[in-house]
Amino acid sequence: MTLKEIKELLQAEVIIGSDRLDMEIQFAGGSDLMSDVLAFGKPGILLLTGLSNSQSVRTANIIDATAVVYVRGKKPDQAGIEFAREKGIPLLSTKFMMYTACGLLFCSGLPGVSGLAHKKI
Amino acid sequence: MIMSDEHALSQHFEIRGGDFSNAGKVSTTIKEILQEIGIDPAIIIRTSIAVYEAEMNVVMYARKGMLTLNITPEEIHLKLDDQGPGIKNIDLAMQEGFSTATHEMREMGFGAGLGLPNIKKNADRFLIASIPGKGTLVELTFFLNRDGKE
Repeated sequence: MTLKEIKELLQAEVIIGSDRLDMEIQFAGGSDLMSDVLAFGKPGILLLTGLSNSQSVRTANIIDATAVVYVRGKKPDQAGIEFAREKGIPLLSTKFMMYTACGLLFCSGLPGVSGLAHKKI
Repeated sequence: MIMSDEHALSQHFEIRGGDFSNAGKVSTTIKEILQEIGIDPAIIIRTSIAVYEAEMNVVMYARKGMLTLNITPEEIHLKLDDQGPGIKNIDLAMQEGFSTATHEMREMGFGAGLGLPNIKKNADRFLIASIPGKGTLVELTFFLNRDGKE
């Protein structure tokens, strides 16, 4: 799934990285807890989070996340946006809450970190 | 990676306690150094995660910390020496879920009691020592030419 398809599914606004929407996303994970992301995240992850301080972008950079989607209409602070620009990490913001945003992506075929994918009944 | 002994790298970084706006900058710099000298990406990720958690611990709990990075052809070695409250019971602090974090720390997305276990999990060699009321010393080693922990 491309980041552009994710943007459309989540009716998301692109905060930064509109030139990188053709990147392919293989899997995603969601958490507000950066220690969880550091413990269970894997390189290449699309990170969904409600944590809007710059630690969310720094964590994404540490684990080599492809992009970050902020839920509940949140947006990172200016320091976070500047850091994402410097590191080339696209940032999106969706109005959906965490559960809905993750559910929409999962049901559209984007697997989780463990590789578990949605199967249509 | 080719690096002779005379090209071993050593660098110091100061981390200020309570400085949440700069939290994570040292880890980012170290990750950039490791990328520049061409360390295996899998080792970079493990090192970066461990350093980031350790840096956040200093920012959250200590007054200040000094991080020393040493890279030789054999290993990455990190020594983080902080001045702060120390840890009264290291066995307890190493348990997943145990935390003395404040609301402010949790607001930052940290302080869930996962930091020290996660640092230990990612490092090939992990040493921790603490004097309550004085500070904590953490030493981490990542081997460059062999697999796994000792």
